[in-house]
Amino acid sequence: MQTVEKIKPCFPLFRDDDYKETLKGKKVFEEGHAPDKVRETFEWTTTKEYQELNFKREALTVNPAKACQPLGSALCGLGFKKSLVYIHGSQGCVAYFRTYFNRHFKEPIAFIADSMTEDAAVFGGQKNVHEGLANATKLYDAEMIAMSTTCIAEVIGDDLNAFINNAKNEGHLDKDFPVPFAHTPSFVGSHVTGWDNMEEGILRYFTLNTMEGKVIGSNGKINIVPGFETYLGNYRVIKRYMKEMGVDYTMLCDPEEVLDTPADGEFRMYAGGTTMDEVKDAPNAINTFLIQPMTCEKTKKFVENTWNHEIPKTNIPMGVEWTDDFLMKVSEATGKEIPASIKLERGRLIDMMTDSHAWLHGKKMAIYGDPDFLMGMVKMMLEFGIEPTHIVCHNGGKKWAKAMEKLLASSPYGVHGKAYPGADLWHLRSLCFTDKPDFLIGNSYAKFIQRDTVHKGKEFEVPVIRIGFPIFDRHHLHRMTTLGYEGAMYVLTTLTNAVLERLDDETREMGVTDYNHDLVR
Amino acid sequence: MAKLRQCAIYGKGGIGKSTTTQNLVAALAESGKKVMIVGCDPKADSTRLILHSKAQTTVMHLAAEAGSVEDLELEDVLSVGFGGVKCVESGGPEPGVGCAGRGVITAINFLEEEGAYDEDLDFVFYDVLGDVVCGGFAMPIRENKAQEIYIVCSGEMMAMYAANNIAKGIVKYANSGGVRLAGLICNSRNTDREDELIMALASRLGTTMIHFVPRHNVVQHAEIRRMTCVEYDPTHKQSDEYRALANKIVNNTNFVIPTPVEMEELEELLMEFGILEAEDESIVGKTAAELAA
Repeated sequence: MQTVEKIKPCFPLFRDDDYKETLKGKKVFEEGHAPDKVRETFEWTTTKEYQELNFKREALTVNPAKACQPLGSALCGLGFKKSLVYIHGSQGCVAYFRTYFNRHFKEPIAFIADSMTEDAAVFGGQKNVHEGLANATKLYDAEMIAMSTTCIAEVIGDDLNAFINNAKNEGHLDKDFPVPFAHTPSFVGSHVTGWDNMEEGILRYFTLNTMEGKVIGSNGKINIVPGFETYLGNYRVIKRYMKEMGVDYTMLCDPEEVLDTPADGEFRMYAGGTTMDEVKDAPNAINTFLIQPMTCEKTKKFVENTWNHEIPKTNIPMGVEWTDDFLMKVSEATGKEIPASIKLERGRLIDMMTDSHAWLHGKKMAIYGDPDFLMGMVKMMLEFGIEPTHIVCHNGGKKWAKAMEKLLASSPYGVHGKAYPGADLWHLRSLCFTDKPDFLIGNSYAKFIQRDTVHKGKEFEVPVIRIGFPIFDRHHLHRMTTLGYEGAMYVLTTLTNAVLERLDDETREMGVTDYNHDLVR
Repeated sequence: MAKLRQCAIYGKGGIGKSTTTQNLVAALAESGKKVMIVGCDPKADSTRLILHSKAQTTVMHLAAEAGSVEDLELEDVLSVGFGGVKCVESGGPEPGVGCAGRGVITAINFLEEEGAYDEDLDFVFYDVLGDVVCGGFAMPIRENKAQEIYIVCSGEMMAMYAANNIAKGIVKYANSGGVRLAGLICNSRNTDREDELIMALASRLGTTMIHFVPRHNVVQHAEIRRMTCVEYDPTHKQSDEYRALANKIVNNTNFVIPTPVEMEELEELLMEFGILEAEDESIVGKTAAELAA
C-alpha cells in the first residue's frame, strides 16, 4: 500500500504483496499466455535458428540505432551565435527533438516549429513559413535562423529557398536577416546526414556569393568541422589542443556553451557559438579539418569546390595513432609545433594503457553507434588490446563496412570483428545471445539487451558500457571527452573499470568465488 | 563552353510534351549540342523515342529494388541514346498509391549528388507530368535548376487553361528566384486559327509563341518505331520544323515573369475565337420541364 508518510516510487512499491496480486489479476484479465509458453518463445528468440530468420528481415526495423535528419540539423543550428533553430513542419516532430536533447544534456532546448497541419499539407507550407519567420524574428531576439524540415514539408515538396525569399519580399522579416536553410527529409539518411546538410546550408548561405577577394590562408586560421558531436568535452579538448599549439582556429559549429549553461539565476536561450563573421571569414583559412570525415560529405564537397580548400585526409581523432595523425596534420598546415604539454599528455595515456592492458587484453566487446564514432572506438579498442566482435552501424553503408573491415584487418585483435552495416538493435540482440561478447558498448538503449540476456541466465548476461548518444539514464556523461588523448583516457578508464566491476560482481560470493575478490586489481 | 541551360517543359497531359521534347532534343543533338533529358513523370515515357525502348528503367524503380537511393550509382540509371543524348527517368508509383511528386524530388536530388550535370552538357530538359500538381512537380523549377520554362499547348480550351495555370505556378517561383517563362510551343491539333489564338494567349501571358509545330502523320509513323521523326526521316519537312524549334530555343533570350490571366479574361479570349460559346445565364438551373414551359 502507498502511504502518505512513506511514498514509494513504482519500484519497490509494485513488489508489495497487494500490488503483486493486482498485477497477477491483470495478466488473467488480459488473457496472457501461460508463463511456460512465454518462456519457450523467449528461449526460441535466443537461438541461432531465430537469428537466421532475424537477419532475413527485409522491410522491418526493430529498435533502430539512429535518429532522423532534422535531429542532426537542429544540433548543428544550435552551434552558431544567437542562432534560432527553426523547423518547418509538424510540431510533434520538433517536440521530439527538444525532449531528446533535453533528456541527454539535461538542459532546456529552444527549437521552434511552424506547426504544419492538414491544410498546410494540402496548400503547401508557405504561409506557415511567412508567419513563423515574422513571429520568430520578433519574439526571440535571434540574429540568425537555421531552418530545416520534417517529412511533411518534404513529401509535399515545399521549397525553402522560395518561401524564405518570398517572406522577405513581402516584408515578413528584414531582407538582410540571415536564414540559412537545409532540406532534411527524415526518410533519407539519419541524424548525421541532417547535421551535414545544415552545416553545408549555413556555410553556403554566408559564403557562396561573397567568394570574391577571399584568399586561402589570409586569416591565418584553420577551420574545424566537428560533425554530429554530443560529447561537450570533445569541443573543449580540440580547443585546448589548438590553444596549446598556438593555432588560431574557427570551430564551424560550436554548441558547447548553450548545451552546458550554469544555474546562476539567468536563463540563457543563446550562449556562445560560432559567429556569423567567423563563418564569412572561413574561406580565408589555411585549410578545413573534418573531425568526422565519413559523415560530412556534403560539407566536404562544398568546402573543396567553393572554398577550394584541400581537406587533409584524417580519421576521427580517437585513440593514439589517429590523434597523432590529426595533430601532425594541423602542425603541418599551420607550421606550429606540437608542444611539450600535449606530448606529456600522450605519454601519460600510453602509461595508462600499459597499466590497464592486462585487464583489457583479449576482452570481447560488441559496439554500436554512428559511422565515425565506431571507426574511432574500434581503432582505440584495437590499440588497447580489446577484441571488438559485433560492430553494428544502423546508419552506415557499404563504404563504412569496407573501411571498418580494413581497420579490423590491420590488427590481430580484429580477427573476431565483423561489421554490420544497416543492422538494428534487434539484430544485435540475436548476436549477443548466439556469440556472447563480454561487454556491449552503446547508448542507453543497450540496457534492454542487457535485461534480455540476463533473463536467460546470469551466465548469459552482457553488461552494458554507456558510451554514445543518447544517454538518458546516467547523468553528465555528455560532458565527458572521447576525442584526443584525453578522450582515450576517459574511454580507457570507463572500459577498464567496467571490466573490474564485473569481476568484483562475479567474485563476491563468500566461500565460493571470493578467493579472487581481490583488494588490488 | 557555354553555360548549361536547364529547361523544363510543362503542358496539359496528352498534349504531346514528350514527343515534342524528344524531337526537339534530337534536333539539338543533331546540331552537335550535348543534351540530357530528365523524365519527371511516373509513366516514364519521356525517353523512349531517344532510346528506342519501351520504357527506361527508372531511378525510383531501381531505388526500390536496391533498398534505398543511396545504393544506386549514376550509371545504373543513365542511358545514352540517339545523338549521344543522356536519358534519365525519375519514375514513380502506380496510379492511386504513394507519392509521385516525392519521386521527382528524390530523383533530381540523386542526379545532382551523383554529378549527372557534368560540365560538357549544353542543355538539360525536364519533361514534367501534366499540370504543376504539387510541390514535387515544381522541383525542376526550384532555384539553380530549370530557369527556362516552355509550355506545350494547342488551340483547345483545356490546354489553354492548363497553360495559364502553369504560368500561375511559375509566378510563385519567379518572384523569389530566376525561373522565367520562355515561350509557348504550339503543338498543332489543326483547329481553326490555332496559331493566332496561341499567339494571342502568349501575348496575354507576356511571352511569345516560340514555334508553331504543324501536325503530321510522320510523327506517329516514327513513334510506332520508337523513334523521333528527326531520326526516322531526317529529310522530312516535319523534321525541319523541329530543327526550327530547336534553333529558336538556342537563340531565345525572351525570358519573362508571366502575367497569368483571370478566368474571365481567358474565357473571353476563347469566345473571341469561337472555341467557347457565350453562356446564356437565363437557362442556368432550369429543368427540361421548366424550359419547355
